[in-house]
Amino acid sequence: MVVLKKIVFFAFLVGLWEIMFRLAIWNPVMFPSPFSVWETMVQGFRDGSFPVAIGVSMKRILVGYIISILIGIPLGILVGRVKLLDETVGSIILGLQTLPSICWLPLAILWFGLSEKSIIFIVIIGALFSIALATEAGVKNVPPLYLRAASTLGARGMALYIQIILPAALPSIITGMKLGWSFAWRSLMAGELLASGLGLGYVLMMGRDLADMSQVIAVMIIIALLGLLIDRLVFARLEQGIRRRWGLA
Amino acid sequence: MKVAITKVGKDFKQNGSDKIRALDEITLTIQEGDFACLLGPSGCGKSTLLNIIAGLDVPDQGTLTIDGQEITGAGPERGMVFQEAALFPWLTVRQNVEFGLKMAGIGKKERHEKALHYLQMVHLGRFTESYPHQLSGGMKQRVAIARALVMDPKILLMDEPFAALDAQTRSILHTELQEIWSKTGKTIIFVTHNVSEAVLLGNHIFVFSSRPGRIKKDFRLDFQGPRSEGDSRLLATQKQIMKVLREEIEKVAREELEQGAVPLTKTVLSSSRFGT
Ligand SMILES: Nc1ncnc2c1ncn2[C@@H]1O[C@H](COP(=O)(O)OP(=O)(O)OP(=O)(O)O)[C@@H](O)[C@H]1O
Ligand SMILES: [Mg+2]
Repeated sequence: MVVLKKIVFFAFLVGLWEIMFRLAIWNPVMFPSPFSVWETMVQGFRDGSFPVAIGVSMKRILVGYIISILIGIPLGILVGRVKLLDETVGSIILGLQTLPSICWLPLAILWFGLSEKSIIFIVIIGALFSIALATEAGVKNVPPLYLRAASTLGARGMALYIQIILPAALPSIITGMKLGWSFAWRSLMAGELLASGLGLGYVLMMGRDLADMSQVIAVMIIIALLGLLIDRLVFARLEQGIRRRWGLA
Repeated sequence: MKVAITKVGKDFKQNGSDKIRALDEITLTIQEGDFACLLGPSGCGKSTLLNIIAGLDVPDQGTLTIDGQEITGAGPERGMVFQEAALFPWLTVRQNVEFGLKMAGIGKKERHEKALHYLQMVHLGRFTESYPHQLSGGMKQRVAIARALVMDPKILLMDEPFAALDAQTRSILHTELQEIWSKTGKTIIFVTHNVSEAVLLGNHIFVFSSRPGRIKKDFRLDFQGPRSEGDSRLLATQKQIMKVLREEIEKVAREELEQGAVPLTKTVLSSSRFGT
């Protein structure tokens, strides 16, 4: 039923779009019909330019995102557990979190040039702090009783971290990873628009340069759909599954 | 193992500078193979003392030794059943019970068998693959008991382990615990509110007084053979303990009443200050 409602709603939107186009309120170059956007979409997939762009963007975000997880989670755990780090590094992370990651681009370009590295750097920065902060919060909220129980069962040192602290903080970490992904996605698009070749952001920019409104809209749709798809298929499921298993939902 | 506690004291900070003397000058000896019961009104420091014996809390004064050795931290030779079940929600019932064995590096097969054995003992053989949130409060507590027993600890510390159970299950577990005790000769330290439970299980019962938490009196119940509820020898001791406890509870109630008046005037004063 929910699916049906959604389909009807989207059909309605497309219909409205078509009517607006037919009324010719705006120049058709500036306001293409749904059909021409569809055509551009099909064309883009057929000639391989869209899949290549998607591939390039996905590779960048995956590399950047994985690095930000590898740094963010240990960082969050350390800040959550070590008081000295909490009082020093902790406040810096909080401050950096409020800075939109695209603000790092000038710095990245000076460091790495207009290259792949710059964009991946922006992606890392985009996801890193929200992952670290969520991990920190999760670690700080681990019920002390779990740690006490584990220590009477002989868990010590690293085992406490791996067997108790990490799993106890996992629901919060996953929430941070979900947030981190959406920040990473935004940062990637911003970076690709401004910095360098290929990728979805670049194809979007190319559409502007060619004044090809259909391409601009087609790519925007792809970007939104990809973001939505990954959020729903990967993160929403993961989050729900873990919350259910942890007895939180 | 023999537990010797000498002049142990513990303070807790309570909102700001206020301190509560949870334990004061606690001196007691629990012999190897004793079934010791700590009995007393709510808030008298029973859990605090048990946590100190477990090595989870450090006393502010006094010393505590096990077989002559000072306690420096928690360890699997002292099994603990907490007042709240304290299961790990991300592990299944079986994995919870296996946790300590896994930490000790015991192989998978042996872990499985032992866990199943103790889960069957607490009548949860059918729930091995459930998660804690799918169990009732009493079932969780039984998993926690199995998790402590499976480690075969030399000392078993239990903090009101049966308080959340129905009478039948409790009675079954009483029998199991009596059997474990007589078979293995473990030292058991058992916290309870319940006088008839204490006389049924324990051979050395310590009655606490509260604020500050002290040992008011101790009773020995040394007779052999299985005990059952309602035994006349038990009832005699039970009466004596009840008398001591009643005085204690009345004292606490009186204090609450007297103390209750103080914060009330305080709030009135501070709110009137905001009013002007
Ligand atoms: N972590 C803590 N912080 C502050 N005060 C505490 C803490 N733990 C215990 N107390 C105080 O110490 C006193 C003893 O607490 P404890 O938990 O040992 O009581 P108890 O005898 O186990 O009571 P109950 O039978 O209700 O479980 C109480 O007055 C309590 O308020
Ligand atoms: Mg208690």
